[in-house]
Amino acid sequence: MNQQALSIILFLIFVAATIGITYWASKNTKTAADFYAGGRSFSGVQNGLAIGGDYMSAASFLGIAGMIALYGYDGFLYSIGFLVAWLVALLLVAELMRNSGKFTMADVLAFRMSPRPVRTAAGVSTITVSIFYLLAQMVGAGALVGLLLGIEGEAAKAGTIVVVGLLMIIGGAGLITLLVLGKYGFNLSGLMGTAAEQSGKADAFLQPGLRYGTEEQGLAGKLDLISLGLALVLGTAGLPHILIRFYTVPNAKEARKSVNWGIGLIGTFYLFTLVLGFGAAALVGSDAIREQNAAGNTAAPQLAQAVGNMIFGEIGGTVLLAVISAVAFATILAVVAGLTLASSSSFAHDLYAHVFKRGQVTERQEMVVARVAAFVIGIVSIGLGILAQGLNVAFLVALAFAVAASGNLPAILYSLFWKRFNTTGAVSAIYGGLISAVVLVIFSPVGSGKPTSLFPDANFAWFPLENPGIVSIPLGFLCGYLGTILSKEYNAQKFAEIEVRSLTGAGAEKAISH
Amino acid sequence: MTTRHQETTIYEQIQASPRFQELRKKFRSWTFPMTVAFLAWYLLYVLLSGFARGFMAAKVLGNINVAMIFGILQFVSTFLIAWAYSRHAASKLDPIAEELRHEVEGKNS
Repeated sequence: MNQQALSIILFLIFVAATIGITYWASKNTKTAADFYAGGRSFSGVQNGLAIGGDYMSAASFLGIAGMIALYGYDGFLYSIGFLVAWLVALLLVAELMRNSGKFTMADVLAFRMSPRPVRTAAGVSTITVSIFYLLAQMVGAGALVGLLLGIEGEAAKAGTIVVVGLLMIIGGAGLITLLVLGKYGFNLSGLMGTAAEQSGKADAFLQPGLRYGTEEQGLAGKLDLISLGLALVLGTAGLPHILIRFYTVPNAKEARKSVNWGIGLIGTFYLFTLVLGFGAAALVGSDAIREQNAAGNTAAPQLAQAVGNMIFGEIGGTVLLAVISAVAFATILAVVAGLTLASSSSFAHDLYAHVFKRGQVTERQEMVVARVAAFVIGIVSIGLGILAQGLNVAFLVALAFAVAASGNLPAILYSLFWKRFNTTGAVSAIYGGLISAVVLVIFSPVGSGKPTSLFPDANFAWFPLENPGIVSIPLGFLCGYLGTILSKEYNAQKFAEIEVRSLTGAGAEKAISH
Repeated sequence: MTTRHQETTIYEQIQASPRFQELRKKFRSWTFPMTVAFLAWYLLYVLLSGFARGFMAAKVLGNINVAMIFGILQFVSTFLIAWAYSRHAASKLDPIAEELRHEVEGKNS
């Protein structure tokens, strides 16, 4: 049997086992609360694991490791932004959302305001952010399948793995990290030295500036760096699939605990990716990585194979490649599951049930619609994912973060903390932030004008920055402010209720016991 | 719900109560300044990465430079702030929240 066949067979066995375990562990779905929020019966620790699984997507594993392998230190910027962002979620959003919401982000907004326009805006924004994020996962899956089959692969879509995916990724990434560190006698400085040498960039590889804000990019490059930094740190607390994770626990204390667990796991994992990225640069080499995938998305699996070859011989390399690919694939499935749930819930619960049908639907109808929506959203993302194969996964996720930080975050924060906030303000914040972010991305170098753009043959890029955050995030907050003060409407009684509920937990949705 | 608009609801009464004001003050006076602080600390890091390349490139220990140490410190500060918040919430916020929650739910049923 040749090596490629062996690696594909092993990969399929791992994936089948993962799906099998997930299926076996999945719970009965009877009510809408089961369907949307897992019956609110996850413990803080379980939910923390699930948060880790939702968050450590292909972006973290494939994208950041690849970014570090190709550009050195600048890839590490992503890890830092992605991690610090969790403090915004912990301090300002997680517990208050848990206490005052029900199934989707829009529940918190619609509570104080005129529900239909607010739910429409929140639904549109949730689906847009999810599709951006799904796109990144599809690109990751595509690159991975391409590596395994030796051809450019199409993306695959599948089911419901979260905790299993997380355990696999921590185990798999931890194993490779140990092997790489072991090879360098647990001397990080030595590993970094070899990586810098192999990269051909010498010490510059270990310093900021190879990818962002290079000298030839000039001021636009520096602004792009700040823009990226802002999007990363403010995006997390506005991501729909993360927000709905706060509803799957019984109360606010468990939500806090789960975020703490998430922070611990995610932080540890990002320290692994640092070693993986430098390890890939040192042991695989930038050229070999670029040859397989120009954006670096395959650096981590290639590293696994190289380390396996060196330590255990060729069979070892094949086995490790299959294991790491399966791990990466499992995390992609986990995130795809989370995002599909977030976007289809929002479609069914916000748009279909409350906007189109004005609340005149049964829970069963709502769930059927959610399933159909999940299918359609999956198809759309696969289509877009094929267009975006040339882009780095971490980079694409950063765009999803920018959109979430611009539209969703202002609406959520104003809604929880600002008494005067009203319907016009919420709708303006969401559409203002969302539309400006998406439009700026389309007219940026990501949309056109470069070989890696979505439309490489055209050139309609007039916005010089790749990440829109530095413009669209302040704009979202400003639109929310202006919309609010230009409209007289507001509901003090409802604000009293949401403020008391969010801080005390009175009247919060309860867990379901089966 | 039988509450008419001119009457104040239980939530408005609680919101106006000194105990709730205390809870809100203890929540906001901790989380708001801390949010400003960690965002400023993070932005300092991003700005240094963009505009103080020479400083960030200075080697401290072997190949470990200032940029790497700054990055690792962001991890450390994130872990510490999460831990400090949880301590603050458990000792200062949870007891008042619990008490007010019982008050609201007692009057509602």
